[in-house]
Amino acid sequence: MLRPDLEIIRTWIPDNSRVLDLGCGGGSLLENLRDTKNCHGYGLEINQDNLAECFQRGVNVIEQDIDEGLGNINDKRFDYVVMTQALQAVHRPDLVLSEMLRVGKEAIITFPNFGHWRVRGYLFFKGKMPVSRSLPHQWYDTPNIHLCTVKDFETHCAKSGFKILQRMVVDREHENSTLTRLLPNLFGEIALYRVTR
Amino acid sequence: MPDTIPADSVGIVTPATLHFDEPLQLECGRTLAEYDIVYETYGALNANASNAVLICHALSGHHHAAGYHSANDKRPGWWDNCIGPGKPIDTNRFFVVSLNNIGGCHGSTGPGSINPATSQPWGPDFPMVTVKDWVNSQAKLADRLGIEKWAAVIGGSLGGMQALQWAIDYPDRLSHAAVIASAPKLSAQNIAFNEVARQSIITDPNFHGGRYYLHDTYPRQGLILARMVGHITYLSEDAMRAKFGRDLQSGRFHFGFDVEFQVESYLRHQGETFSRNFDANTYLLMTKALDYFDPAREFDNSFELALAQTKCRFLVVSFTTDWRFAPQRSEEIVNGLVTVGRDVSYAEIDTDKGHDGFLIDIPEYLKLFSAYMHRVAVEIEGEAPNAAS
Repeated sequence: MLRPDLEIIRTWIPDNSRVLDLGCGGGSLLENLRDTKNCHGYGLEINQDNLAECFQRGVNVIEQDIDEGLGNINDKRFDYVVMTQALQAVHRPDLVLSEMLRVGKEAIITFPNFGHWRVRGYLFFKGKMPVSRSLPHQWYDTPNIHLCTVKDFETHCAKSGFKILQRMVVDREHENSTLTRLLPNLFGEIALYRVTR
Repeated sequence: MPDTIPADSVGIVTPATLHFDEPLQLECGRTLAEYDIVYETYGALNANASNAVLICHALSGHHHAAGYHSANDKRPGWWDNCIGPGKPIDTNRFFVVSLNNIGGCHGSTGPGSINPATSQPWGPDFPMVTVKDWVNSQAKLADRLGIEKWAAVIGGSLGGMQALQWAIDYPDRLSHAAVIASAPKLSAQNIAFNEVARQSIITDPNFHGGRYYLHDTYPRQGLILARMVGHITYLSEDAMRAKFGRDLQSGRFHFGFDVEFQVESYLRHQGETFSRNFDANTYLLMTKALDYFDPAREFDNSFELALAQTKCRFLVVSFTTDWRFAPQRSEEIVNGLVTVGRDVSYAEIDTDKGHDGFLIDIPEYLKLFSAYMHRVAVEIEGEAPNAAS
């Protein structure tokens, strides 16, 4: 069983695509794309346990820190460059996004929406940095150093000239409701985007 | 040997020798009319011969990679920590072949063997052999052993270069190549160190132009120096600092040129041990094989074009403090393979052990190596579910 957000991404990627997965974890998305859609791909990962899991799955994985760039990969080498739940944890999300669209024709990005009403309420009522199930860390030890909202992301895309080809903003259960459709920045907990340059 | 053979050891092993009568055409233009290859095997070949793994040795290695030759052996084979039941190269699942390359000094035909044309040791007349020649000779060995296709060809350092050459020259004869602590070719600095090693041997008065066998001697001092300089490049600065620091043997300065610092004592000991067990002409040949290795040369100096010949899947591993073949050198291989769209996985092992890391028990390294080889075994067992029995 694929994680719900990965299942959504899977449906966005056509058969026989060349895929690069940044921070690919244990490689389940790449494995699934290989087995069900005949895709060929590579994951980048720095966690050794995840590398071992990819090895066991027979998924191509390269130990490489996204924060050090993708300079070793040629322009437009991939059809899709995927990064799930990692945009907020990189040093320079803007540079990573631009690199993703250099090495890939399209980029697929997911991130936790910091504009969700519960996050806003936490800060408003408690006066403390929000801690939740999807953002469980304290302010001092969080890997999420560049959290953003749906609005922030779309503003950045517009400013950078990136075209949003597809957007899905879902709740914690990865359901797409009327509320998440009408007011995504308020009711969406996880945002998924497919963008191109 | 330990009092009892450990459960994860391949146990007592016996080398075998195969004689090859058909001439081997060498890259240098000469041919070797006939030759012997000495090798060991561990584990059992399955019914359709699909579980064979070839181990390629490095500069000073040989066929004895795992287990013990006799109950009196103090130490097991050189890669015993990676080969055995339950180890990364699991002999319960794989049939492992480990050989001594031609030009070597551990039983396969080399400069110390008798040249049939003169009935004297070959010495300096032994033809120059290259990585490509070794791979060709290994393919002949595979033929004789009934192995059409290796499940994996595996090697560290110079051994990794052989695995890479296999993938380029015999793309249909291996499913996986594991290229560990290696490089696509030597740098000028690498060649420079090799040249220092060679000059120390060649200028030793006991070298006698390579015909020292006839003088019942050998260039001991040259070999010691060669190994000392080589050994420095196998260790990292961190590992040396951790192991020796500036520790003195007697605790005080003697203001002389005898051994005073621990590191001096260690290097001399390493050099002396090596000089007793290794042939000087072989050392010269092996270092030249390293220097000549450059698979891109056959392909208009395009490494990518060379890699485009390959069909197997690759595991590439480097070690953070390896400065002989630094992680960047492994990454050249990885990037090339990604560019040409080949399957490759890459791990950079965080360690202070330097180039020697590939021979050492580093838990993270063994874990990743095991995970990769597990997958290789699963693929074989999936294809032929009854073959292993």
